[in-house]
Amino acid sequence: MKSNPSASDLVEHLFRQHAGRMLATLTRLLGSRHLALAEEVVQEALATALQQWPFQGVPENPSAWLIQVAKNRALDRLRRDRAFAERERDVAATFEARASTAIGGGPGVSRPFADDELCMMFMACHPDIPRESRIALTLKTVGGFSVPEIARAFLAQEATIAQRLVRVKKLVRERDIPLDLPDRREMPERLDSVLEVLYLMFNEGYAAHAGESLVRHDLVDEAIRLTRMLARHPDTETPKTHALLALMLLQAARIPARQGAAGELFVLEDQDRRLWDRALIADGLRHLDASARGEVVSAYHLQAGIAAAHAVAPAYEATDWTEIVSLYDALLDVEPTPIVALNRAIAVAKARGAEAGLHALAGLRDDPTLSRYYLFHATLGELSREAGDLAAAARHYEAALTLPCSEPARRFLRNKLAILGA
Amino acid sequence: MPQYMLLLRDAGSFPADLSPEEIQAIIQRYIGWRNKVAAGGRRITGHKLKDREGRLLRGGAGSPVATDGPYAEAKEVIGGLYIVDANDYGEAQRLASDCPHLDYGTIEIREIQPVG
Repeated sequence: MKSNPSASDLVEHLFRQHAGRMLATLTRLLGSRHLALAEEVVQEALATALQQWPFQGVPENPSAWLIQVAKNRALDRLRRDRAFAERERDVAATFEARASTAIGGGPGVSRPFADDELCMMFMACHPDIPRESRIALTLKTVGGFSVPEIARAFLAQEATIAQRLVRVKKLVRERDIPLDLPDRREMPERLDSVLEVLYLMFNEGYAAHAGESLVRHDLVDEAIRLTRMLARHPDTETPKTHALLALMLLQAARIPARQGAAGELFVLEDQDRRLWDRALIADGLRHLDASARGEVVSAYHLQAGIAAAHAVAPAYEATDWTEIVSLYDALLDVEPTPIVALNRAIAVAKARGAEAGLHALAGLRDDPTLSRYYLFHATLGELSREAGDLAAAARHYEAALTLPCSEPARRFLRNKLAILGA
Repeated sequence: MPQYMLLLRDAGSFPADLSPEEIQAIIQRYIGWRNKVAAGGRRITGHKLKDREGRLLRGGAGSPVATDGPYAEAKEVIGGLYIVDANDYGEAQRLASDCPHLDYGTIEIREIQPVG
């Protein structure tokens, strides 16, 4: 019992992160087939803290307390549920044997926790699991996100996410997808799958629109936390991992400058660069250095290089567009998508003038994805205006306005049109 | 200084299916409240009572009769209690009035009778 009147405050996101660790540890002890049972006892442990800590204060070692309660709940369940214990004699026996030794208190605990979390990430991103379910499962298991939180983050229905998770957990059970780090031979491909999920998680959170909920920032934070974990572990710390982490850090550094007081979005050109997070930029550049060893130049390397070119420019006008064009050229080789081509054309216009940019865009006009994308037409309009062809500029802005886009973007385009007419 | 007992009753009722983040936020509110009370120079201690357990004894002719569960008929259960220093009922009520528990149940305030 704690008689000390001033209870210690909880570290931010402690429960969310511990939920992931506890689940990883419990799943390790029970086997990945019993993921659902592990989830239940973790939830029970957190609920027990909710019942007790308001009165008793926060225990000295909250992590040890929580994991101990979760283990005790699991033991209770195994002892009480005879049918389960008989059917799963091995699980019950090994759990009893290992539960007492696997997790102690004290400073030594962080290492096995971290390893279990990594294994959990590889399980959630396993190639047998459908692509669209990997992020949800990673957030649910490693990230400690609830179903409503995941649904909010992806602007999806709770029922959809819930069903998806039920299906995918069934798959884990049926395929007996193990909770292990892949062996050396499998590692590159399996790691690619994990990195892809973290990249998508980050982008989902980063591509926020004005006035959106904080949960999306949590996606950014979580993607960075998990990628850091990979960058620290000897088996997963590859040039590609460092490149992805560098990309995330360099992009996240700009978040404080992206939104004005009224919730309006600022594009790169209009951002107050004094608001960029210098510590994140420095960290990002360090990881970009670490990514340069070895032969591989991945899409993450090139995107991180582009982000770095922006991050080190003291002003928008001082941006090294020639460098950025050459990075986009290389990126287009690795990832020949219309969106990359569009971004490259914008960089070309900055480096060599509007005419050169229009020339680069000319080849893309028939692309079905881009022709439905307002930014493609808006870019054509902008470059036509700069090249002095005002009639073409007006045509392109009008085409952009017929396509779906956000309200602030619509105001921006109407404003451009009005100026042309004047 | 007089001491007051705050009895926290609830219907066993935090919302179901809270996320870890939401659970932490609720705990943090209670901790924040306690720290605020303590920072105001008022001693406060808390005791959690065990759930779903208890005995009710009735005296009378012969030996006392015990029944299980002190609140078999009660709608609300006492989850726990705080003992807090306060000058008078007015102050005790003020201290309790921003306790987050009021979002989930009721608080009964009783002054502890000093000896003498």
